[in-house]
Amino acid sequence: MSVLSEARPACGEGFAPKTVVFQPDRPLLTDGGGRIAPLTIAYETRGTLNAARSNAILLCHALTGDQYAAGVNPVTGKPGWWEAMVGPGKPFDTDRYFLICSNVVGGCMGTTGPASINPTTGKPYGVDFPVVTIRDMVRAQAMLIDHLGIDTLFCVAGGSMGGMQVLQWAASYPERVFSAMPIATAAKHSAQNIAFHEVGRQAVMADPDWRSGRYQEQGVRPEKGLAVARMSAHITYLSEAALQRKFGRKLQDRSAPTFSFDADFQVENYLRYQGLAFVERFDANSYLFVTRACDYFDLAADYGGSLAMAFKDTKTRFCVVSFTSDWLYPTSDSRAIVHALNAGGASVSFVEIESDKGHDAFLLHEPMFIATTRGFLDSAADARGLAPDGTSK
Amino acid sequence: MNYTPAADAPERPAQPLEQSRLDLAVIAEMVAPGARVLDVGCGDGALLQLLAQKKGVDGRGVELSQRGVNECVAKGLSVIQGDADTDLSDYPDDGFDYVILSQTLQATRRPRAALANMLRIGRRAIISFPNFGYWRVRAQLAFGGRMPVTGRLDYHWHDTPNIHLCTIRDFVEIVDELGAHIERGVAFDRAGAPIRFSAPWWVWNLFGEQAVFLLERGDQRR
Repeated sequence: MSVLSEARPACGEGFAPKTVVFQPDRPLLTDGGGRIAPLTIAYETRGTLNAARSNAILLCHALTGDQYAAGVNPVTGKPGWWEAMVGPGKPFDTDRYFLICSNVVGGCMGTTGPASINPTTGKPYGVDFPVVTIRDMVRAQAMLIDHLGIDTLFCVAGGSMGGMQVLQWAASYPERVFSAMPIATAAKHSAQNIAFHEVGRQAVMADPDWRSGRYQEQGVRPEKGLAVARMSAHITYLSEAALQRKFGRKLQDRSAPTFSFDADFQVENYLRYQGLAFVERFDANSYLFVTRACDYFDLAADYGGSLAMAFKDTKTRFCVVSFTSDWLYPTSDSRAIVHALNAGGASVSFVEIESDKGHDAFLLHEPMFIATTRGFLDSAADARGLAPDGTSK
Repeated sequence: MNYTPAADAPERPAQPLEQSRLDLAVIAEMVAPGARVLDVGCGDGALLQLLAQKKGVDGRGVELSQRGVNECVAKGLSVIQGDADTDLSDYPDDGFDYVILSQTLQATRRPRAALANMLRIGRRAIISFPNFGYWRVRAQLAFGGRMPVTGRLDYHWHDTPNIHLCTIRDFVEIVDELGAHIERGVAFDRAGAPIRFSAPWWVWNLFGEQAVFLLERGDQRR
């Protein structure tokens, strides 16, 4: 494939993501009528692709995730976002499967996004970056999978926005997805979901340092706005019970209220820390774009309003998972997906995992979730003819 | 087949597991090879596995307990966490050849609606249930003056998940009301021996401790 050039460019932050660059003769044409070229996709792989190329799993990251699902994230120095699930002997077993995870288009961890240079102006895209959709993200992933020489993915899995990508994969490329795990997700963004995202975006845009999206050229960053966006979003990832258990009304390093707007309560301190930690690693414009992609997601709308039609005659094996205390993507959203799959006669399993950890439960060590995933993947691997060492039987 | 109607219901299954194996073999025998089967209240997936092995069916399950669903998924079965009372209405018409409800009917909140849904989703339905007309049950109530507790109905009145018990006669009546036909019926005595097919209904109703019925949807659904 001569159109491709593979490189590990040194990034400003001092880390070198593994990337593939698609030159302008292979543009990404977006749902919104945009054209992204050249397109760089940053990705990570773990494990070994077998000779039959039949053991590849694509992991799709959530809103502010990245390609570092496992191992140490070189930017944050912290474990990967799915450390609980990915690794040797874990459900996404790197001794058995070839795991691929790429940064979404519009992201800020090496894949082309609003912070990338716009080739027509020589300046960062900023808000001139094309508004991308979940389907655009999946199109870009398909280009990567083609580049890696993989025809059919053994599994596509992901939670939250990652789960939307899983659903889009199953709908757009049914013959390329042997099994699919949409987790803690929905086939469309609800009014409440859109509302929370809008609060976050307005917080970013209200920061004077946002500079109408041109902050990069002016050498500033809308850190306060982005931190507030993260703080409000973070609340939606937790449950009332988890917040109560973790913080209650406990005071932060003091025995009495100060009668000020200082962070008297531990929960305030925690949220401020979450906001600050987030702005260290995430680009504000990227946040606008990825939240917008979720808002536009309505899979049924692309199929005449019928979600069942999106999965018509699918051969993919599905395992849908929700968590009892997730109020951002509640079980009813997962049930709607299951309902549509059932209507099409698809092979589908569905589990609602008991947890009080809210939406974030899918990222945490949840034994029942781990057991379910392991069981589903093991049986799918048998059906796919994968030996325990990942070779093709 | 573990199945309880609600999360706050007792942990124990509606029927002792080891005893319910008898009806599984009979049910498996009633299913045509290669059929599409929905097992409602599929427990740990024993029947679905049996049907896959013996009859090569394309099986799906519905099970309320998380543990049951996990066990099924780990076995490679396609099982959905759900409830016969609330989730059967989500299934499209004619999605399956057979819909099975094994030792669960008496634990549903709305048995008639569950049966109607089963006959809508599949052209055939197979139902097994404990017979409340069994003579030992009658005797306990008639002569002991107490709510019956038998081997197949091993619960006290206050902790039972079995909220809608019926007799074989009652069942036959509701099948008629639903406009369905009984294609086959088998009743077992306490020893697990089938009662002669030629025996009159009252014999079935008196000596059958449990029954399995294969129903076919009538021409007109009511």
